[in-house]
Amino acid sequence: MIEINDLRFDYGTGDFCLDIPHLRVNEGETVAVVGPSGSGKTTLLNLIAGIAKPQSGRIVTGAADISGLDDAAVRNFRIANIGLVFQEFELLEYLNVLDNVLLPYRISGSLRLDSAVVQRAEELLTSVGIGDKLDRYPDNLSQGEKQRVAVCRALLVKPPLLLADEPTGNLDVMNKGRVLDILFDYARDHSATLVIVTHDRDLFDRFERIIDFKQFFDDTRGAAPGKPQDE
Amino acid sequence: MFYLAWRYLSYNRWKTSILVGSIMLIIYLPVGLNVVVEQSGEHLTARAEATPLLVGAKGSPLELVLNSLYFSSKIPEVMKYSEATSIMQSGLAEAIPLYVRFRSRAQPIVGTSVEYFGFRELLLASGRMVALLGECVLGAAAAAALDLQPGDSVVSSPETAFDLAGIYPLKMQVVGVLEPSFTPDDQAIFVDIKTAWIIAGLGHGHQDLARSEAASAVLNRTGGNIVANASVVQFNEVNESNIDTFHFHGDLAQYPLTAVIAHPHDQKSGVILMGRYVDGGAPSQILQPEDVVDELLETILTIQQFIVAAVIIVAIATIATAALVFLLSLRLRRREIETIGKIGGGRWHVVSMLLTEIVIVLILSGGMATMLTILTWRYGSAIIEGFVLS
Repeated sequence: MIEINDLRFDYGTGDFCLDIPHLRVNEGETVAVVGPSGSGKTTLLNLIAGIAKPQSGRIVTGAADISGLDDAAVRNFRIANIGLVFQEFELLEYLNVLDNVLLPYRISGSLRLDSAVVQRAEELLTSVGIGDKLDRYPDNLSQGEKQRVAVCRALLVKPPLLLADEPTGNLDVMNKGRVLDILFDYARDHSATLVIVTHDRDLFDRFERIIDFKQFFDDTRGAAPGKPQDE
Repeated sequence: MFYLAWRYLSYNRWKTSILVGSIMLIIYLPVGLNVVVEQSGEHLTARAEATPLLVGAKGSPLELVLNSLYFSSKIPEVMKYSEATSIMQSGLAEAIPLYVRFRSRAQPIVGTSVEYFGFRELLLASGRMVALLGECVLGAAAAAALDLQPGDSVVSSPETAFDLAGIYPLKMQVVGVLEPSFTPDDQAIFVDIKTAWIIAGLGHGHQDLARSEAASAVLNRTGGNIVANASVVQFNEVNESNIDTFHFHGDLAQYPLTAVIAHPHDQKSGVILMGRYVDGGAPSQILQPEDVVDELLETILTIQQFIVAAVIIVAIATIATAALVFLLSLRLRRREIETIGKIGGGRWHVVSMLLTEIVIVLILSGGMATMLTILTWRYGSAIIEGFVLS
């Protein structure tokens, strides 16, 4: 579950302001966030994940009031509860496929890396069709394979919330479908909340709800009034 | 953190290698140089201290010491053999003649007397000592380098390749091999002083011109004097059948030596002997090798200080460059650092990962510098001695 109230955020540059009086995403809901470039879709994901801090307002993600936690607590919460998938995959070039998937465990003080976790990572990679490429480095993977690795990294901790920022933006049709299947299957099987930022209207019918930032976005790039419009 | 740092360094192995190599050199150069100089100093000094007095022709004391003690290839001015007999007859010291001029490949041929082996405490590992003309005894390293043993033979190298009037090679019989002494003696081929003179062309053996079969080699016969023409057969090897034909022309007292090791019977004798050479007009000089080596080491130490100063300047430049590389790599790795942060890695995790990378690089550099220093400690002095003596 995500609940946002009276949120206000800007980068301090004067040309962007995100103002959300209220937004709620229910537990297990699959939501697409759409809207023009620069309207704040990615910023919204960053705020939900606690990567960015709002100037005012309240963001509750699951059981935690993200906006009220300190930096360390937010990081601990994020690494254990939120799976993040990025358009550019964000894999570490010097780690092989398996190590990239295990990255959350290697950089976290709260998650414990053991053989069971490694086995789960291997199973996860096998389930998405790259179980035979565990030792490969990102440079030797196709775009689709890279994104599948990134998705596995996001899913490894079994997060109740998945946030994906245009996860299929760099993929061909076949890989696009495959990556979305993985994300939707996970959300369904684990009753996880799935929020995906996308420009691809062909995918809209897969989501339970579409949040359109068009109404929310002010072309003058001033303060954006109103709230996102549900479709 | 260590794992991630190690993965980063091993993935960027060329960058890491260059960085480790540069820092390793910064650490190693002054330390290694110091080890080399100290060890070489000890080796050179030990040999010099074991040689109380050295007499030689006037000229460079350094050349005289390096040639006589370490058998360097630079030949000092020569003196007369009579100097050795004079010292011996004075009753002040034992005189050991040295004629170190020739080589067999890289090995120096040391013409001396049998007393030299006792003086340097050299023991036979196999065979026997030199007893006849044309025989030689090999130092342990020389025997290994030439792959020779008693019963084999070794040939002296000509001094110039195309000089027809020059020194002809002499084939010598190996009669003994010495035990290792870990001194320059290990590299030497020892022969009797007269054998060295034969190599120098001052003594020779040839067919007996008085015999009828050598008539074609006689150019002129006046009374007892026989003058040979160029067809006379000269022997380039001393063996049982021709040893009697070897002879020396002229007064042996006038024959050359490169030096005489003077071993005074006591301190007083040594002082008296040194006093005899105070006269500036004397053709010879006497010196204490220890003083000469000390002077040489002072020069080396001065050079070392200059080198260390230069290394420190280079080290500062290298450290500055390494820091710049590190800062630039941080910019290149900005996205990676952001990714770690987005996933949930704390700032401290990133900082500790970067610090771990630096520590690993420093440990690798330090470890390699230590290994090189150990190797230097083991082999460095031999290298620098070779450099100084060549």
